[in-house]
Amino acid sequence: MNTTEKTDVLIVGSGFGGAITAYHLAAGGARVTVLERGPWLETEELQHDFLLGSSYTRAFDFTVGDGMSVLGGNCVGGGSMVYFAALPRAPRFVFERKGSIGRRMWPSAITREALDPWYDRVAEAMGVRTQDWSDVSYAGGLWGAACDHSGRTANPVPVAIDKDACVNCNWMMAGCRFEAKKSLMFNYLPAAVSHGARIRPLHEVQRLERTDDGGYRVHYDVIDEDDYRVTTDSGVIEARIVVLAAGAGATPVILKRSESDLGTMPHAVGRYFSGNGERLNTAVVNEDRVRDVLGLSRDEERAYEAFQIGKGPCVANWDKLDGSLPEYSRYSLEQLYFPPALGTILAQVPGAPAPSWFGADKKEMLKRWKSWLIVFTMSEDDNEGVFGPLPPTGNAVRLSQQMLGRGPLTYRPTMNTLRGWERSDAEVKEILGKDGIADVAPWTNDLVGAYTVHPLASCRIGDDPHTSALDDRHELRGHPGVFVTDGSSVPGALTVNPAMTIAALAERAVPGIVDAARARGVDVTYGAPAPDGATSGRGGVLDPSGQRSS
Amino acid sequence: MPRGTPDAGSTETRTLEAFADTVLPGVKRTPEDTAVAGRSHDAGAVEAGALELLRTPATGLASGLAEFTELLNGHAARYADQHGTALDGGLPPFVQLSFEDRTALVRALTSPGHPEKEFWVMLALFCNMAYDSAAHTSTPAAIAAGHPGLRAMGFAAPDPDGLLRFKDYSYGRPLARLHPDTTSSGSPA
Repeated sequence: MNTTEKTDVLIVGSGFGGAITAYHLAAGGARVTVLERGPWLETEELQHDFLLGSSYTRAFDFTVGDGMSVLGGNCVGGGSMVYFAALPRAPRFVFERKGSIGRRMWPSAITREALDPWYDRVAEAMGVRTQDWSDVSYAGGLWGAACDHSGRTANPVPVAIDKDACVNCNWMMAGCRFEAKKSLMFNYLPAAVSHGARIRPLHEVQRLERTDDGGYRVHYDVIDEDDYRVTTDSGVIEARIVVLAAGAGATPVILKRSESDLGTMPHAVGRYFSGNGERLNTAVVNEDRVRDVLGLSRDEERAYEAFQIGKGPCVANWDKLDGSLPEYSRYSLEQLYFPPALGTILAQVPGAPAPSWFGADKKEMLKRWKSWLIVFTMSEDDNEGVFGPLPPTGNAVRLSQQMLGRGPLTYRPTMNTLRGWERSDAEVKEILGKDGIADVAPWTNDLVGAYTVHPLASCRIGDDPHTSALDDRHELRGHPGVFVTDGSSVPGALTVNPAMTIAALAERAVPGIVDAARARGVDVTYGAPAPDGATSGRGGVLDPSGQRSS
Repeated sequence: MPRGTPDAGSTETRTLEAFADTVLPGVKRTPEDTAVAGRSHDAGAVEAGALELLRTPATGLASGLAEFTELLNGHAARYADQHGTALDGGLPPFVQLSFEDRTALVRALTSPGHPEKEFWVMLALFCNMAYDSAAHTSTPAAIAAGHPGLRAMGFAAPDPDGLLRFKDYSYGRPLARLHPDTTSSGSPA
């Protein structure tokens, strides 16, 4: 007789939304199983290598949609393995945004002030710290100096990077071989495992079914470790609570695929996707002007020539993060590094007639790669993304063995989004064009659509059942016991890097998930310290008697 | 010095080389090189290994290259016909097009709205990757062998253990005023 495997809480995905909930629920006494569709990469497996099949292509997915392509983590640790560890909090005005629905889109319970204690918990757990200018890479310094030269401010961004261990190799997108970047592999995930959570890599969840006792049966495929197009096995696990944290590009697909058994999903599942208003510009720097105008030099020979050196984004311009400005005109401009291939192909030749992403001029531009500077816009888009017909399995039809797939997302930017991009393009050009510091051009959207590394909002929280899939406790409307805690739960674009906010929302969701689990007979409590045992963050969300603050 | 030898025999090789050369052009490998148009003074995508990468099973393209070749030559023949360009029976039609005509055709095939756009974009992306990241070769080995793309870009060589480290990385001094509303956590208010 076959016995179906059972667990208390089944978590789909091991990025921020999965790791944080897994830790707290396991620490609180629940039996927790985490299914992660990507591989489990140990530090010594992380390579500085573009070879197809290296950790670089094993660890993340590039999913091409119609009008929007999404870059996301695909490994244990999820986005935290491939992110740049920039962890700013979202500005206050973001929580008041109305977006495409004409009224406040965040739940009334959530403001910046209300979220700050949860941000504090994440900051303690991840080791988020402010950077000073001595931490900042040449590229970040150049961006800061250019902002200053045009009368603007610039800030080193808060990060979760151990500065003493960091060698500024800029290989963060392949994981951090030097364990300087604080991914979830060093805090929430090992702490979850030490409390008994089981993490299964290469397990891709396909759909959910309801069981007779009100729980859920979760169907998964086992994925080949080299060729992700190949399924080697399949199975089911039953759970009393399901936490979906597969990422904003995958969570709604799993739910839509489950409709045949679970019944109709809320209208907002697979709608209102946001690319965080992201947009990229590449500048080719005039080395002489960097020295003469900005007064910068690395040594007697070189003013800059340092695009490759550093640790992702170091410095951002936040002058347009001004709540008094109209919606859709607010954005941050962040210096960024993207490695070759992902960071070069869509770049266009400044001053050349479009399309200029290929050809002889592009090749000449590549020869000046050391003098490149990428500026990353995070603006306010209009939640335009909609998921269409589902692929047979997973969230994409995989084209290559790893990394590249075609997904069901359609994104048609509205005039609001397009104007925001135009404004930010113009401002980047104004800053870097001043006194001939650099020539700038935006990346083309003609090849793979717009491009986001921060997919959001495809299964979002809110107060309005018509425009949000989840209530303000992250429970899926009409489907009790199913929670969503990844980037898809964030209501809209944040104008800054979203990992900190996704993590804070996941922390905030945990007490509600604990309550739901207890109501279903799971013996679990809330109140674990930070993964390393620190307790100051917990103090901000529990009152002195150990009860949760409202 | 140009490296590699033009393939005089294979229609597929010459057609795809001509496509790769349109994406990132190079110098002719020999005076008789027909696939490489010769619009650059140094190595382009072809010498960087575009065909080797396209034929790597991991790309997912390898099994479809014959079809790509046939489609591309079909488009090229129609393009030549529409533009009054005479083609002879010797070389594949795409190879017979001038560099400007190859460029115009690739531009059309990769433009929004073209029904086959996705395939041509994917082909172009991998041709780019052969040059700018040598994705068919281990990166430390590619750098050691003087891979033309990584060398032209100035991609830094790793330490002997294959890992990259930069000792000097910062100008090391304040370079801008901070935003006045920055909070103690370093975030925007």
